[in-house]
Amino acid sequence: MEKRVTFSRWTIGILFAVPQLLLIFTFFYWPAGQAVYWSLTLQQPWGGGNIWVGLDNFRSILSNADYWNSISASLIFAGISTGLAMFIALVLAALTDRQLAGSRFYRVVLIWPYGIAAPALALAFRFILAPEAGFMAVVNQVWPGFWDPGLDGADAMASIIVAFSWKYVGYNFIFFLAAFQAIPRSLIEAAAMDGSGVIRRFWDIQFPLITPTIFFLLVINITESFQDSFGIVDIMTSGGPANATNLMVYKIYSDGFKGLDYSGAAAQSIILMLLIIVLTIFQFRFIERRVHYR
Amino acid sequence: MASITIRDVTKSYAKMQVVHGVSLDFASGEFVVILGPSGCGKSTLLRMIAGLEDISGGTIAIDGTVVNKLEPRERGCAMVFQNYALYPHMSVSQNIGYSLKVSGVPAAERKQRIQAVARTLELEHLLDRKPMALSGGQRQRVAMGRAMIREPKVFLFDEPLSNLDAKLRVQMRSEIRKLHRRLAATSVFVTHDQVEAMTLADRLVVMNGGRVEQVGTPAEVYSRPASRFVATFVGAPAMNMLEGTVTLDGLSLLGDSRKLNVSRAGLPVGTKVAVGIRPESVRLVAAGTPGALEATVDLVEELGAGRVIYVDLDGAPFSVVTSETVHPVPGSTVGLQFAETDLHFFSSETGSRLDVFKASVREPAL
Repeated sequence: MEKRVTFSRWTIGILFAVPQLLLIFTFFYWPAGQAVYWSLTLQQPWGGGNIWVGLDNFRSILSNADYWNSISASLIFAGISTGLAMFIALVLAALTDRQLAGSRFYRVVLIWPYGIAAPALALAFRFILAPEAGFMAVVNQVWPGFWDPGLDGADAMASIIVAFSWKYVGYNFIFFLAAFQAIPRSLIEAAAMDGSGVIRRFWDIQFPLITPTIFFLLVINITESFQDSFGIVDIMTSGGPANATNLMVYKIYSDGFKGLDYSGAAAQSIILMLLIIVLTIFQFRFIERRVHYR
Repeated sequence: MASITIRDVTKSYAKMQVVHGVSLDFASGEFVVILGPSGCGKSTLLRMIAGLEDISGGTIAIDGTVVNKLEPRERGCAMVFQNYALYPHMSVSQNIGYSLKVSGVPAAERKQRIQAVARTLELEHLLDRKPMALSGGQRQRVAMGRAMIREPKVFLFDEPLSNLDAKLRVQMRSEIRKLHRRLAATSVFVTHDQVEAMTLADRLVVMNGGRVEQVGTPAEVYSRPASRFVATFVGAPAMNMLEGTVTLDGLSLLGDSRKLNVSRAGLPVGTKVAVGIRPESVRLVAAGTPGALEATVDLVEELGAGRVIYVDLDGAPFSVVTSETVHPVPGSTVGLQFAETDLHFFSSETGSRLDVFKASVREPAL
């Protein structure tokens, strides 16, 4: 039986919760409420009051091809970077769990990227992936013009996906490794006695038992790929070329603070919030069913 | 059905050697129990037979084939783990049938064999449940079923009963015994529980500190322990041990306060020996009985069918098991009597058994 602290008077419980509630209200509900209000009004660029316009902001955004382009870019970015970050982390964690040579070394090394601020790592990747001087310059030497994120939208998208995945591999790795190590050793041994080889054991025993972690990371990675991508896009591509990497979160910033369309940006952030909510609900409804909780 | 031959097997981890040159032969169809305190290397030895642990030195052969380099699945062993190691995400029938599924047995045959095993173990009504929803005894049975279904050449048991409560343990013990009689597969059972070991074993292997102390039938090990360690480890309460020194005319015990009149068969005077006597071989008599050692009663433990009486023999602890209806009062003096033939002698230096003494108890000197 879990031990719980109980208070005889509910007021004491509330008192303990107040600091947290205050923080959540100040930094989440209040700004979110403001955004909802702004999205329904037209804010003047130089200040001086706003006019109630109802859903006009949403109508104009959703009828804009640029915005749909941004949505599809965001979905592609989220899908590929989440898949890449999770797959690489899963493989590395599985290998580390088997105590292969060097595992102790990259257990430490892999945790670092998550501690690096997005703009810093984006700058590093901008140099690494620079067409004229980075790693890809070697390839360009062989096939001139093969790689240029400044000109080719697909190259630019690949660049930000690589940078983002690199950061989240470390994060995912920690969780995957913890999940693998939580599986009792004897289960793996029992499967080995039952005649199951390494690969088969992974799919039959380990993979089903880490599905709660996979699910958790899926939700977190997708959510973060919509939100935490800002710094990387801003430093590496600024949304270009030709809006190829103009992800939703970046478009909110550039429309709002560069284009001075505060109301439109507010409406976009509401749409982004709804999209993330819908995706999360979808994951809980349809993917969580396949999760084996112990 | 398979014999197991273990030759000079050692196991070392980075800095520590845990198994020191063990050689054993298990006959086909035999039920062997490896008994020893925790950390004696018994589980490591079992895991080396299973293939879950690398063999650092020596060879292990199953049916004449050296298996040192074989994967666990190629050795034809099945293992029952201490914590059962059931796959939590699979149902009982999936757990039992997993090995068949891996080896590609068609679904229909698989189902039939799972049914047959479940019938033997009375698990039929539980086949669709997950391990979470089973009691300890049922989980134990599923673990057995998972081992049985492959019809392995060798069964390996790694302390499988230690997580069960006392009553269930006794019940599962006899079930394992019955099962072995029916399947007649070579079985190696590791435990630290001597009652389990005595009741299950055709042959008992007693291990200590990574070495084999004695191999023999439970009766042999009990009646002729090969070393001081075996003598005190097998039997409950443990065998009484008294320190003694070889003298010109026999043996002095407990710092010269008692004498045993024995022929010392060539051992030099001054040799230190340990004299053992089982608590159940000692008779309790009235204080002052001629030929009896006198001792002070410390504590009486009532067992229902009998009593364990702990006495103090000149500062040395000593216990007596008696089924007679005597109830000595703590603090009172009693006499202890035993037959010479029930005494065991061990070298104080090496701990090994000495069969050189023929003893008779003499009047306490003073």
